[in-house]
Amino acid sequence: MDISTKKSQNTDEAPPPAAPPTQAEQKRAARGATRPGDRIFLGLSRGSGILLLVIMAAIAVFLTYRATLAISKDEANFLTAFEWNTNLIPPKFGIAVLAFGTVVSSIIAMAIAVPIAVAIALFLTHYAPRRLSGPIAYVIDLLAAVPSIVYGLWGALILVPQMDGLFGWLNNYLGWTGIFSWDEGAPRSMLTVGVLLAIMILPIITNVSREVFRQVPQTHEEAALALGATRWEVVRMAVLPFGRSGVISASMLGLGRALGETMAVATVLSPDFDIHASLLNPGGGTFAQNIASKFNEATEFGRDALIASGLVLFVITLLVNGAARAIIARRKEYSGANA
Amino acid sequence: MSTAAVTDKRPSTLRGASLPKWTPWAIAAGSIAVAVAIGLGTGLDSRIQWGLIAGLLFLLATYGVAARVEGRRQAKDRIATALVWVAFVLAVIPLASLIWATVERGVKVLDVYFLTHSMGVVADSEPGGGIYHAILGSLEQVGLATLIGAPIGILTAIYLVEYGRGNLARAVTFFVDVMTGIPSIVAGLFILSLMLMFDMQPFGFAGSLALAILMMPVVVRSTEEMLKLVPNELREASLALGVPKWRTILKIVVPTSIGGIITGVMLSVARIAGETAPVLLLVFGNPFINANPFEGAQASLPLYIYQQYSQSAGSQAAYDRAWAASLTLIAFVMILNLVARGIARWKAPKTGR
Repeated sequence: MDISTKKSQNTDEAPPPAAPPTQAEQKRAARGATRPGDRIFLGLSRGSGILLLVIMAAIAVFLTYRATLAISKDEANFLTAFEWNTNLIPPKFGIAVLAFGTVVSSIIAMAIAVPIAVAIALFLTHYAPRRLSGPIAYVIDLLAAVPSIVYGLWGALILVPQMDGLFGWLNNYLGWTGIFSWDEGAPRSMLTVGVLLAIMILPIITNVSREVFRQVPQTHEEAALALGATRWEVVRMAVLPFGRSGVISASMLGLGRALGETMAVATVLSPDFDIHASLLNPGGGTFAQNIASKFNEATEFGRDALIASGLVLFVITLLVNGAARAIIARRKEYSGANA
Repeated sequence: MSTAAVTDKRPSTLRGASLPKWTPWAIAAGSIAVAVAIGLGTGLDSRIQWGLIAGLLFLLATYGVAARVEGRRQAKDRIATALVWVAFVLAVIPLASLIWATVERGVKVLDVYFLTHSMGVVADSEPGGGIYHAILGSLEQVGLATLIGAPIGILTAIYLVEYGRGNLARAVTFFVDVMTGIPSIVAGLFILSLMLMFDMQPFGFAGSLALAILMMPVVVRSTEEMLKLVPNELREASLALGVPKWRTILKIVVPTSIGGIITGVMLSVARIAGETAPVLLLVFGNPFINANPFEGAQASLPLYIYQQYSQSAGSQAAYDRAWAASLTLIAFVMILNLVARGIARWKAPKTGR
């Protein structure tokens, strides 16, 4: 609008009819961003959006570049080798153990955390007395903010001694499976890591699931109640089906956290470079833990090798998060990014 | 009317027999007592086992009693309720233990001396020393990260909400989502790869860059939500008065949602303040006071905790310091959180009025 008045003023000053506006001018008029302030501000805000894209691209490019430097000199198979000797000449290292440990610890964490988190979310939305649920939800929000290194310290100094008895019991009764056999070592093993990771990702899964369960239409629940359903039947028939995709994406977000968790694993696990059938004996490692604990002694080449393993972690978390987002995108109302 | 009131008070014949209200509590108390007895009797020393046994007994007893008195469906309902409660209690125990342990062990050495001295002349295994250098490093790194990350994040959110149409906006939205999931150690490795190229030694600002990367998507997301809450009428009113769009955004849209934006920034600050992994790779740690974030290794609070734990060979003095530093860090993060939520409540955008 402003533009047209300006133009009319211009034509007043310059009686000969102006040439019809060029295509570029028309475009600009349509967009309405002709003032210098507008143009600068649009440029700034669009620029920072583009900067974010550039950062993401740069992360991928630089990690890949440094990783290829390392992998090209690797004498062992990068994907399948069971060792990490970057100081050897020629160097030999591979990520098989790390990939196994990362997946196993995350699976344990998910197996423990998801049911409990869903139960807590149900507790907060459908079971807890109204007066309790507000403060509890608040506390869980705060717990999501506890730094991971504090979880790590707590896990190493308090959780680990407590696991002794449980491990002994598992060994006595389930030791024959091989998965739960235990040689009485310190319980700094994959199972302990999994339990700690479960505790750490509990708040985030709970928060997102709670948001979803809160959005279940009241009418669905009332319909079920009116048909004489018990509270459990209401949950099973109305609440859980509605919240399923939300719970899945919440779990994926939790999984993303568990995969990339560094400090808690580095403090609790006593690592080695082998795959063990038993979850109770110390050993194994994860991508992030391996980077944190090998970093200080690593040469420049060793750091490149660690970057190569970090690239694999990056790709895995991208896939997991992408899947979570795809599920969320189907239901736009809630996004876990704020949790 | 009076007859209706009387019939309401009588137990309705349409409903089956039901257990009295105190039953779950009685069963809970009973199962805990039995679990403790089993634990003491058979000499189980892990408290985790006691808890698991109590939980299991509670579930079984609830189902048994309810199935006998109230019938199958009610019993299922009861067991679901019991499961939900057990899950809640199971989850609360470790979280409560975490807070309790940090507070109980943290207050041992936490005093003014601890907050105002560095580890410069103290061996890691000896008592004494403090976290002044780590607090200083943390504040500088997080401050610089906020200076970089917050404006970029807020501007990006403004772009997405006020200007964003088409493919670019969609791509930015998607990658912001993806970026929230980047593990902190990967952000650290990215900056590390840059440092390796230019052959640089660790310094505080490198850590700030990695923290800024971790911070941006969180700020974008929360700011976006807040800007979307600003009613369109406000924008239209301003534009109709002939105010340019950029001034509308700066003078109308942002001030309306400023409370929420500040809250989002503070929450993201609280989140990056506890990040250890990138700091470990890029800032390296330093027992001495180094106030210059642009040159030389620095300390930081989360990194200090990790190093006190891992480099002290089990010395109790170092563990005490680690707990005290944890308490300081948690207090800092919690205070930020509480203040942020306070601001959010106090300055919530007034919609629907």
